[in-house]
Amino acid sequence: MNASHSAEARKPVLRIRELTLRFGGLIAVNNLSIDVAGGSIVGLIGPNGAGKTTVFNVITGFYRPSEGSVEFMGQQLTGLPPHRVCMAGVSRTFQNIRLFQNETVLQNVMIGSYVRQRGTWWQNLVPFLFPAAAREEREIRDDAMKLLERLGLAEQADARASSLPYGAQRRLEIARALATRPKFLLLDEPAAGMNPQESEELLNFIRRLRDEFALTILLIEHDMKVVMGVCEHIQVMDRGLLIADGSPEEIRANPRVIEAYLGQSAPEAGDEAGNGVGGFKAGDFKKEEIAHAGH
Amino acid sequence: MNEDMNRKTRNFILNCLALAALVAFLLWAPGNLDRYKLRIINLIAINAILGLSLNLIYGMTGMFSLGHAGFMAIGAYVSSLLILTAEQKTSMWILEPIAPWLLNLHAPFLVSLIAAGLAAAFFGWLIALPVLRLGGDYLGIATLGFAEILRILIVNLTPLTNGSLGLKGIPAHTDIWMSYGCLVAVLIFMIRLMNGNFGNVLRAVRDDEIAARTMGIDTFRTRVLAFTIGSFGGGLGGALMGNLITAIDPKMFMIAQTYSLLMIVVVGGLGSITGSVIGSVLITTMLEWLRIVEDPITIGSLHIPGIPGMRMVIFSMLLIAVIIFRREGIMGTREFSWDWFFPKKTKQRPISERPVSDTKGADAG
Repeated sequence: MNASHSAEARKPVLRIRELTLRFGGLIAVNNLSIDVAGGSIVGLIGPNGAGKTTVFNVITGFYRPSEGSVEFMGQQLTGLPPHRVCMAGVSRTFQNIRLFQNETVLQNVMIGSYVRQRGTWWQNLVPFLFPAAAREEREIRDDAMKLLERLGLAEQADARASSLPYGAQRRLEIARALATRPKFLLLDEPAAGMNPQESEELLNFIRRLRDEFALTILLIEHDMKVVMGVCEHIQVMDRGLLIADGSPEEIRANPRVIEAYLGQSAPEAGDEAGNGVGGFKAGDFKKEEIAHAGH
Repeated sequence: MNEDMNRKTRNFILNCLALAALVAFLLWAPGNLDRYKLRIINLIAINAILGLSLNLIYGMTGMFSLGHAGFMAIGAYVSSLLILTAEQKTSMWILEPIAPWLLNLHAPFLVSLIAAGLAAAFFGWLIALPVLRLGGDYLGIATLGFAEILRILIVNLTPLTNGSLGLKGIPAHTDIWMSYGCLVAVLIFMIRLMNGNFGNVLRAVRDDEIAARTMGIDTFRTRVLAFTIGSFGGGLGGALMGNLITAIDPKMFMIAQTYSLLMIVVVGGLGSITGSVIGSVLITTMLEWLRIVEDPITIGSLHIPGIPGMRMVIFSMLLIAVIIFRREGIMGTREFSWDWFFPKKTKQRPISERPVSDTKGADAG
């Protein structure tokens, strides 16, 4: 693992500065500052309700922050609407998969390419007058097909998105995000609903994505095996605050993180879980344990 | 690849044959059918145009709009005012004199059709800007309000519209060649639009706005655009209707007009081009055919007096039946394809991965 050493050499592409988001009296994100180094895979973890998805929604323009700023490769994203954030090169997936259910797999990916399409709708009505637009339209179809091949979805290109198995739907959502040609990818719980074998495959898949598509990846995940296995750097949030920031090894040993996950009485919770080694493992790996219990 | 080429050539030939059959029918019809039947055949084409334009707004892009009668009114009035001669206008405006600038405004029929579409599109765009920020039922109510306001304006702006007296003596420019010519043009437009990537984008906006915005689609702009194009179709259809019936008045463009278009779109299938055409054929012919239930009927000694409005009762019941038993309409979102008539050579590929339920089960166990 030379990840930490290479990460030092990389410049931050995403800078979140003193970000605060209030919903009425509730502070969902509190004075959060995060740097994400270019080309790295960074994990954003924390207990339920910590504000992780809210941070994603702020980055992608769905929420306007009460205070603070988000900057991507020198461009201010703060206050931009979602489609402009996408144009700037940031794409994302959703915790509850949000595919275009009635469209085919291929159409889903083609919709992703639309943001980079230069030919207009009326040019494509009369393709013989605008051969460049017609060519572009064909290229979009071909490129979408190639993307599906790379992600192992080409077989189902003409199937309706809703008919795909769960794991394939997650991959299609990533394919669709990649079709927007992002430089930065936000993955919201990519391993949710996957069995241990599938999450094992996901580790390699995420690394492959980063390398082949020259991406920087920020991911939210509850499956600690995935987080520890793939992330080079981890940020931990609790109740809107950033409570820890470091390499997986540092996070694993951080007492504040253990406290956040297990509450004040960390040792007790560890005992309850039975085989708790160091408290953190037992409680936080709830999901993993459940999965293991079945095998 | 070769097979794909063959399919394309085959479809092209079949499309040409279908068009030739339509032309043959249009050549045959005027000499062999009476005026009443010809009128219904004309109405089928016009209703199909109107249905398709409403389907673009409601079915394809998912904006529940009840304002189509308003766009029809704009189209019908703009076209008629451009076609009528100055003498016709002076003799018709008896309550108040016509606005002087309007008196000598004149244009040929085809120009008036385009002007009608553009005027409706302009108004569509204008109301889209504030109204499309609303969603769902609210949008329906707002567009309904727009159509009603427009109708009341037409009644009261006598110098422009001749008020509730309406316009008469519009030359009957709409023959079956004109209406079916326009229908074919609108069909080609719709097919090309919906088969392109922009069509995918419209459906994306309808299916999941949040995901569409994440994919870099300016959903508001896209919806405004679709609404404007749909309004153009409404204006075009209204103009054709005015030139078919040769007399228009504000009462023609009440909410009932929008409802019958809505029926065409819903019965045919929301989001299906084929569906709107089928819906138009069915609803238009049935609206006429069901007139018999309003006439007095004598079966043997039993005498049933004609009840006006009875066909609407039956129609409403039919609509309720459609909504209960086949909500997606006749076509759903599917489209007609020549492939239906040819057996598929390639087998359906099996999906190798396990279905959703299995994955979930494994995780929970």
